[in-house]
Amino acid sequence: MTQKMSVLLCLALAACGSKKDAAGTDPGSSATPATPGSATPRAGGGGGGNVDLDASGSTFQKTYQESAIEAFTKAHNGIKINYGGGGSGKGRQDLSDLVVDFAGTDSLFKDADLAKAKGGAVLYFPVLLGPITLAYNLDGVDKLQLSPATAAKIFDREIKRWNDPAIAADNPGAKLPDADIVVAHRADGSGTTDNFTKYLDKASGGAWKLKSGSTVEWPADTQAGQGNAGVAQIVKSTKGAIGYVDLSDAKASALHYANVKNQAGKFIEPTAASASAAGDGIDVKDDLTFSALDAKGDAAYPITYQSWVVVYAKTNKAEHAAALKQYLQYLLTDGQKMLPELDFAPLPKSLQDKAIAQLGKLAG
Amino acid sequence: MARALDLRGRGDGADRAFRGLAVGAATVVLVVLGLIAATMTRRALPVLEHMGPGFFTSTRWSPADEEFGALPFVWGTLYTAAIAIVIAVPVSLGVALFITQLAPQRLKRPLVYLVDLLAVVPSVVFGLWGILVLSPHLGRSFLTAGIILAIMIIPIITSLSREVIETTPQPEKEAAYGLGATRWEMILASVWPHSKGGLVGAVMLGLGRAMGETIAAALVIGSALGQITVDPLAPGNSMPAVIANEWGEADELHKSALIALAVLLFIITIIVNLVASSIVRRSMARTAGRRT
Repeated sequence: MTQKMSVLLCLALAACGSKKDAAGTDPGSSATPATPGSATPRAGGGGGGNVDLDASGSTFQKTYQESAIEAFTKAHNGIKINYGGGGSGKGRQDLSDLVVDFAGTDSLFKDADLAKAKGGAVLYFPVLLGPITLAYNLDGVDKLQLSPATAAKIFDREIKRWNDPAIAADNPGAKLPDADIVVAHRADGSGTTDNFTKYLDKASGGAWKLKSGSTVEWPADTQAGQGNAGVAQIVKSTKGAIGYVDLSDAKASALHYANVKNQAGKFIEPTAASASAAGDGIDVKDDLTFSALDAKGDAAYPITYQSWVVVYAKTNKAEHAAALKQYLQYLLTDGQKMLPELDFAPLPKSLQDKAIAQLGKLAG
Repeated sequence: MARALDLRGRGDGADRAFRGLAVGAATVVLVVLGLIAATMTRRALPVLEHMGPGFFTSTRWSPADEEFGALPFVWGTLYTAAIAIVIAVPVSLGVALFITQLAPQRLKRPLVYLVDLLAVVPSVVFGLWGILVLSPHLGRSFLTAGIILAIMIIPIITSLSREVIETTPQPEKEAAYGLGATRWEMILASVWPHSKGGLVGAVMLGLGRAMGETIAAALVIGSALGQITVDPLAPGNSMPAVIANEWGEADELHKSALIALAVLLFIITIIVNLVASSIVRRSMARTAGRRT
């Protein structure tokens, strides 16, 4: 009965997830193959050597997972991989409950949650870096520059008009219109919100008042959209709007986005290259955890964040271990080459080497 | 009775099988409902211990500060449902009266069919339509959510009202006409007193549906935390919308708070539905009594 119950609950949760997905964040749910590519029929499906790997988590790295899975499973006939998205929190929970073989996450396990993980010690493998853009919709302003303190004041509604002196000070010579600022943010709990607000908290010198987290108490005179695509849609359709959106969604909606001032005092455009540059200036701990936010370096884009694949050091399904290791290897090596095309940044060489070395700690 | 069946040989086995099946099915439903209630309540306990009665009275919802007050979402749920009812009831009653009293025979079937068709449109479609069509004008707000919810509950209120109204005995209607009543006067004198109770029940069932609707509300309500205001154009939030939006990234205590919201919503909708069904039952009994 209890088993039946958990199946029911799973179904209910999956339904929740896919409903949210339909809002435009990510079309796949854990029950369906992640891409059309991964659904291609495999020869000899009934054979004994087939392995199905299940995964869920971060929607930030989902496009990378989908492309990587398509390429990887084409070359490895017996292996099927399904990356279900659903958010970093869901991924960590699923891994903790032994529901998936690996999870994608943009933030780390809390110690208390890690203690409850049913499979023992975990390993973090960084797989990519990516910039969060400050996308805006402002007639006549093609290139906006923002310092972290100004951005913080815009997003917590201390600055409400585009011709505010603080914005003008960041944009010498620019013609800023006398128009209202409309702030767009995420309606759903999100790793992007978590990282963006952590950045503002860290870099704005006390100007940010709303604290950080996946859900933030935004002022009531702001607008909320579902997923990166939902925020992009608000920015696109609202004059005077500004929102935080990942680079690929900002580009997909053809939005303008601001150059942001980094620690070195330079205004940097968010690109795959400037996010990679942020990766060069970070302190990485022995367990390969780090934060790429507000990184040092002249060319570093400061609102750069990161995503990991998390696995158990000793996988609970021995027959999956080899396939899992192969796939991780692919994500860390050949797969990295497709990242710039997807508007993500590959790992810097030093970090990549450490991650590949860590594969040795995996059983199997 | 069992003895009578015994006389018919194989009837006994079939009867026992049927009985087992029926009792089994009924039990499964009850057990599932009970288990859901038990699991949810157990998982809601941490936040209730953490917040105490403040969970029901606090107006602040701050995962960052671990303060979880459900009141703004209770307000949002009730307020959007109220807006939906205010819009949906006149429309539904109008449609039901038109179909039963005014529409020419050949229009009746297609109209009934069309209204019922509204009920099968997935809620996410309504939500997206709200984002693309309504929110550019109304923003994402209590009102936008209320309008979407109204459209979603019109079918259920209409079809229940239609059935209730159709039970008005023909002699009562003819009596009104016989006294020289116009059609409107007939509706007031015969249809209304006869179907009042059933109509209230229909509205209450629509209310229950509006309060539980998740995804359409989540898409258009604006997702503002801690909003308690009567301004219909202000962004707000409702209980099911918060759960859908925040579950994915919630940590332990936050999850517990969302589950507690679900339990609270469960209780509120059960109360609404119990009241509705008792009103419907009473009115059914009354109309049945009249007919004899």
